[in-house]
Amino acid sequence: MSEVTLTVNGVTHTVDVDPVTPLLYVLRNDLGLKGPRFGCGLGQCGACTVIVDGVATRSCMTRVARVQGAITTLEGLAKEGELHPVQQAWIDEQVPQCGFCQNGQILTAKALLDRNPNPTDTEIREGMSGALCRCMTYYRIQAAIKRVVGSLASGQSASVEEGVE
Amino acid sequence: MTIFTSIPRKLEEVLDARTPLASRRDFLKASGLIVVSVGAVAASVSPLVSAVEGDGAKGQGTGPYPDPDFRQLDSWIVIHGDNTATFYVGKTDCGQGTGTAFRQMMADELDIGYDSTSLVMGSTDVTPDQGGSGGSDAIQRDGWPMRRVAAEARRILLELASERLEAPVEELVVNDAVVSLRANPSRQVTYADLVGGQRFDVSLMGRNVNETTGVANVKPVEALRIVGQSPMRYDIPPKVDGSLTWAVDMTLPGMVHARNIKPPVAGGRLRSVEESSVRDLPGFIRVVRKGNYLAVVCEREEQAITAARRLKTNWEKPSSAPFPTSEELFSYMRAATPTSKFEPDPTGDPEAALAGAATVIEAEYDVPFQGHTAFGPAHALADPSNGQMTIYTNDMKSYGMRVGIAEFLGMPRDRVRVVWMEGSQAYGRTAADDAGFEAAFLAKEIGRPVRLQWMRDEETAWDTKGTAFTFALRGGLDSQGKLVAFDYNAQAADYNHVGYNEVETVLVSQLMGTRLETPNSGRAATPSAMYTIPHRREATQVVSLPMVWETPLRTGNLRDPNGPQVTFASESFIDELAAAGTVDPVAFRLGLLTASTDDDSGFKRARSIAVIRAAAEAYGWDTRPSPKARGEGTVVSGRGIAYAYRSETVVAEIAEVEVNRDTGHVWVKRLVCAHDCGLVINPEGLRRTIECGMLHSLSRALHEEVQFDNEKVTSVNWRSHPSLVHADTPAVIDVVLVNGDPNPDRSDLPPYGAGETVCKPLIAAVANAIFDATGVRLRRIPFRDERVLAELTAAAV
Repeated sequence: MSEVTLTVNGVTHTVDVDPVTPLLYVLRNDLGLKGPRFGCGLGQCGACTVIVDGVATRSCMTRVARVQGAITTLEGLAKEGELHPVQQAWIDEQVPQCGFCQNGQILTAKALLDRNPNPTDTEIREGMSGALCRCMTYYRIQAAIKRVVGSLASGQSASVEEGVE
Repeated sequence: MTIFTSIPRKLEEVLDARTPLASRRDFLKASGLIVVSVGAVAASVSPLVSAVEGDGAKGQGTGPYPDPDFRQLDSWIVIHGDNTATFYVGKTDCGQGTGTAFRQMMADELDIGYDSTSLVMGSTDVTPDQGGSGGSDAIQRDGWPMRRVAAEARRILLELASERLEAPVEELVVNDAVVSLRANPSRQVTYADLVGGQRFDVSLMGRNVNETTGVANVKPVEALRIVGQSPMRYDIPPKVDGSLTWAVDMTLPGMVHARNIKPPVAGGRLRSVEESSVRDLPGFIRVVRKGNYLAVVCEREEQAITAARRLKTNWEKPSSAPFPTSEELFSYMRAATPTSKFEPDPTGDPEAALAGAATVIEAEYDVPFQGHTAFGPAHALADPSNGQMTIYTNDMKSYGMRVGIAEFLGMPRDRVRVVWMEGSQAYGRTAADDAGFEAAFLAKEIGRPVRLQWMRDEETAWDTKGTAFTFALRGGLDSQGKLVAFDYNAQAADYNHVGYNEVETVLVSQLMGTRLETPNSGRAATPSAMYTIPHRREATQVVSLPMVWETPLRTGNLRDPNGPQVTFASESFIDELAAAGTVDPVAFRLGLLTASTDDDSGFKRARSIAVIRAAAEAYGWDTRPSPKARGEGTVVSGRGIAYAYRSETVVAEIAEVEVNRDTGHVWVKRLVCAHDCGLVINPEGLRRTIECGMLHSLSRALHEEVQFDNEKVTSVNWRSHPSLVHADTPAVIDVVLVNGDPNPDRSDLPPYGAGETVCKPLIAAVANAIFDATGVRLRRIPFRDERVLAELTAAAV
């Protein structure tokens, strides 16, 4: 065991864990952040996604001691009680079925839009393809992303850039 | 006019006060219902109020946990002091938003605003046993007692208001849980004023939970105000902002973590375990073994994962191969001696009709095993505190799990409770949910709360499987191209199909050596029989793989069990027959649906015709036979239709595909679904359920197949058992909600089931569209690129 310091959702934590522990278990079991979840442990499904310095990262494959940047989890997207535009679009579009994968979908979408605020349909389909959904909510996820893009274009909503750590 | 001087304690009191005794008895006799009189309960505050307001359902209770009495109104509805209501229903939600629909139905009958209600589902100690989920019948069947008890609560509240306001019930109106005088609205009383925080103490009637009723009638369709609207799902915001506690998130003080170690080959016998290989690992608590079941328990989750990987074990392989390879599966099934056959008498004389037909075609179809492959592997937390056992789980049939675990552990049923919490998509997998049993077993062994979760390879290899099928079909057309004979022969590898959380069916108890005396016989289904065909034979057989117990190829109910497989074969073959007769696929189907409404099948055909026409119209169907003249480009396109009927719900789906002739890649560019499930509770919720159900079958059409060598499953993750991805998503999905009832304005229009029906025809619609585009008929799923390319190449397309 050794002490590891993490900055998560703007708060600094020090935990005493085996440094090879996947970040996922530290977030869930030591810090009580349950947004990221175990889906495959192989980086194939996206359930465990967190954002590290703007990059969607698979926490199941990331050793806790190797994390250098600031971490954002699903719980950290909302600011001052305001949902992130991507989260609001997910509600407006009524995206989830069971919802188990949506942590990965939302954070992958956020990272995609931060990188490319005006993606084409093809860029959305390809940019999201690493995030699996077994309820197959893909059609509504893509609609929700387009909804965010549309609201950004018309200036109806805050910039998604505000969500970047 | 009835004036009560106190809260009626039982339904009988209400009835006695309202009607002469004789007529009440006549009513009960005529209705065939039994009234059970329950003694008055001393406590005036409903335990459900304290359970909810104190979050008691999720604490470490002291038990015991007797069954909530479905014949008590208080088991279903609590009116709170703030004039809100909580509903308690014995259902679970697999992700379709049924909870929102239940609230809509009950709020409508109770006359309370949707936003003033909340709902508790599926916890065996606080919700009446309605069986949990399954069969897409949540609204079709279980919605009725919910509506009736809410209507009864409204009736009682009006009686109480009548007394309080000193006016007859007939002169009262209710608006959002406030009762007032029609003639003088300022004179009013709220539901909370009448019973807020108190028990109704009213008995209900019914021989079983499905019959539960009071004496109030449910409202006619035209009086419903919340049903038919689309309030947003209450469960979505906490799923989107990360605030929901799912079953997988549940923690308790002193909780430890477990992981299983599965046999490396099917049928492996565990000879020895070297506990010394993990004893010195940090956090190690214990290796637990019983028979071939093996698990390791550690303080922390990652420690349990590491220990499970490092534990040295010695397994003995079975003396003979447990199953053929997945490449050999269909030839094995065709050659196997059936374990059971079902050959009902044919309609007409199919053999003679085929012999006399102008055109006869034959075809064989194959469907491999397909997994549930739940996105979140099986998981549960079991708490053995206070001599009770509480299991926190996403088991869709939590009541069955409770019974199964009580028997499994040898505990009285009232010392076991199962608390349902949200989880990953279930679709039948959690109707036979191993993790809850395993966690409970380990918790009893360890004496601490145990959280268990399966790993990805374990879930994909060892979950229950959708049944593999082979089909042999023959059809005969007369000289006018009319279908005169249909011969359907299906074989399903479904022997020892698992049940619903019975001790003998869950894998953990099989690994421990428990066996049913007689394995479940399994079944092979037949297509929905709406088409009028003068000569028709439908024979089915079930076959067994060599290994029956402890096998990763055990079949369980996968969303619309048998439906996608059977309808792929039957609706593809109907398309083959249409093409053989050079008839448009829509026109061919409509020609087989001779409508009349004077009997049940005629009623179904009338609704079927309406749905097929609605789909064709929404798509802009161009009437012509398939295949169309093929273009010369790399990408060719086509459209196909398929139709299905399931338990009173009818759907027609049209797929438009693009097929890449160089790569074999299929993209379903557009989907249209026309859907008639009678009364629609929440149209927007229904649309999404339809979209996602179709895409689930699209995943099965394009990607999913369980592969195995002759000793183990080799599909173990999302690379080796691929699933639909974002890039596969259609550009457009159109859903048309049809009410094809011959009397669409009926006051008693019932809601039928939704969800699984849409899974049926999609695969055939895609296959028919590929045929339309290329002239190549694909008779085996999945339509992976390499298989499609091989078929195109063989046909020189």
